[in-house]
Amino acid sequence: MDEQKDIMIPEPLLMPVIAVEYSLFWESLSKNELRVQKCAECATLRYPPNPMCSVCQYFDHTWELMSGNGEVYSYVVTHQPTNSAFIGRTPLATVIIELDEGPHLISNILNISPSEIKIGMRVRVVFIKMDDQITLPFFELID
Amino acid sequence: MANLECLLALFNINDYDASMDDKSKVAIVGIGETEYSRESGRSELVLTLEAIMAALDDAGIEPHEIDGLMRWSVDTSNEALVAENLGIKSLNWFGDISQAGNVGAALVASACAAIRSNLAEIIVIYRGVNGRSGRRYGSGVVTGRQGQGLGAFSEPFGLLTPQHGLAMMTQRRMYETGVTSRHFGMVSVTERFHANRNPRATFFDRSLTIEDHQNSRFVVEPFRLFDCCLETDGGGAIILTSLDRAKSLRKPPAVVRATAQHAYASSRDYTDTAAKFIAPLLWSRAQITPSEVSVAQIYDHFSPFVIFALEDYGFVERGEGGDFVESGQISWDGGALPVNTSGGHLSEAYMQGMNQLLEGVRQIRGTSTSQVQDVNFSFVDTGIGTGAVVLEPDIYG
Repeated sequence: MDEQKDIMIPEPLLMPVIAVEYSLFWESLSKNELRVQKCAECATLRYPPNPMCSVCQYFDHTWELMSGNGEVYSYVVTHQPTNSAFIGRTPLATVIIELDEGPHLISNILNISPSEIKIGMRVRVVFIKMDDQITLPFFELID
Repeated sequence: MANLECLLALFNINDYDASMDDKSKVAIVGIGETEYSRESGRSELVLTLEAIMAALDDAGIEPHEIDGLMRWSVDTSNEALVAENLGIKSLNWFGDISQAGNVGAALVASACAAIRSNLAEIIVIYRGVNGRSGRRYGSGVVTGRQGQGLGAFSEPFGLLTPQHGLAMMTQRRMYETGVTSRHFGMVSVTERFHANRNPRATFFDRSLTIEDHQNSRFVVEPFRLFDCCLETDGGGAIILTSLDRAKSLRKPPAVVRATAQHAYASSRDYTDTAAKFIAPLLWSRAQITPSEVSVAQIYDHFSPFVIFALEDYGFVERGEGGDFVESGQISWDGGALPVNTSGGHLSEAYMQGMNQLLEGVRQIRGTSTSQVQDVNFSFVDTGIGTGAVVLEPDIYG
C-alpha cells in the first residue's frame, strides 16, 4: 500500500484565512487551547462555527475549552492530486474527529500511514504553530 | 415499506392531493440536448441555445413563445443573453437557484409554481456546460475558495472539493451499514450496461466489468475511478407548461405529479443524505409509496449515492441497498426498479441532473433505449437527496 510521508512538521494544504467573527478560535489555538462555540442560552456546542445556535436561535455564545480527546468518525484518502495544492502531498488522509464532547473536527492524524487509519481509533489533539497568527489542531493516536 | 407509512402518518400532510385539480397540473412538454463530448469546440451559451432549439422543435413551440427561463446558478449563460438570442420579448419569469449541481428538482418546482400562479406560461430550464474542456469540477477551482469562510476549518487539512465531503459520508456509511466497494462497483457496471444500449452515451461502446471496477485506482478513497462521474461538455433543456396547454402540443406530456427539495450544509452531517428529510413530504405529495415507482433516475456523481438514495427515499431499508443492487434489481434486464437507464452521470454524461430529467421524461413517453414497460411513475432524484421529481403520464384525459 501507499505510505504517507512522515510528517514531522506538518504543512497545511492551504493556510486558513481568519474571519474576524471567529478570531477567538484562532487566538485560543495559539495558546494551545481547542475551543468551540457554546450557546449562552442552551449550552449546545457547535463546530464549525456559526453565528446562531441551531437549537434555540440565540446569538450569544462563549468559547468552551475541549479536552482534545476523541475518536476517528470517518476519513478519506486523497490519491489523485485533482488540485495543485495536493501535488507532492498524496496519499493524504483527511479525518473527521468526533471529540469526546460531541463536536466533529476535520483534521489530519500525524505519524500514521493512511492505510492504517480505522474508524473508532482514539486520538488526542496536537497543536502545531504555523506562524505568529495561526496554530492548527492536528491529532495523534493515543497508545 | 411499513416504516415509511408510519413516517407518513406522523407527518400527516394532507393538504395536497396529487390526483385532484387537473387545472393546476404542469407538464414537461419538450426535451432537447446536444451531443455529449470531451471537447465541444463551442461556448456554453451556444450549447445552451442548441439544446433549447432542440427542445422547442421537440415540443412544437416557437422561440418567441417562451416567457420564462431558469438555470442552475453555476450555469454561465445569463437569462438576458439567452432571451436576446431567442428573440424573447416578454421574459415574465426568470431566475437561477444556488447550491451546486443538485438543484434540478428545485428548478422544476419553481417553474411549476410560476406556471400555476400565472406568472409565466412556458418556462425553459437549461444547462450548458463545458465540464471537461472548460472548468473541471473535481479540481476545486469552481468554488474559488482558498481556506476562506467555513473552508478555513476544513481545507487546510485536505477537504477541498465536493468529492472529499461525499467520500467522507461514504466511508462512514460503509462502517455503519456494511455496504462495500463491490456494491458500488455493481452500480457502475449496471449503469454501463444501460449506456451500452444508448448510442448518445459517452461510454456507449465501452464495456465495464466488476473486475475493471475493483482494479481501478483510488481517486479519493473510498471512491475508485469507476465510482466517479464523467466530465462532460454538452447542453440540455426541458420545457414546462400547463397540462391544458400541453394537450395541444406535439409530444405526450410528462406530468409533474410531485416535487420536494431541501438545502443543507453537508459539512455538518456525514451519515445520511437529505432524502431522509424530503422523502416523507415527497411521497405524501405524490400520494404514492416508493414501491409504486416503475423506474428511477438517481444523481450519481459518485456511484455510492445511488445506493444511499435507494435507502434514504425508502425504496429499500437502510443497509439493504447494496444487496438490492448486486442482485440485479436496478438493471433494465429484469430488475424490480431499473435505475439510470440512459447510463447516468457515470456512463452517459455529467450534466448535473439535466440528462437524468431528460431520461425521466423519455421513460414516460416510452422512448428510452432501455424502456421500462407500463411506466406509471418515473422518479428523478436530482442530488444527494436534496431534490426529487415524480413524473407520470397524462391520465387526466
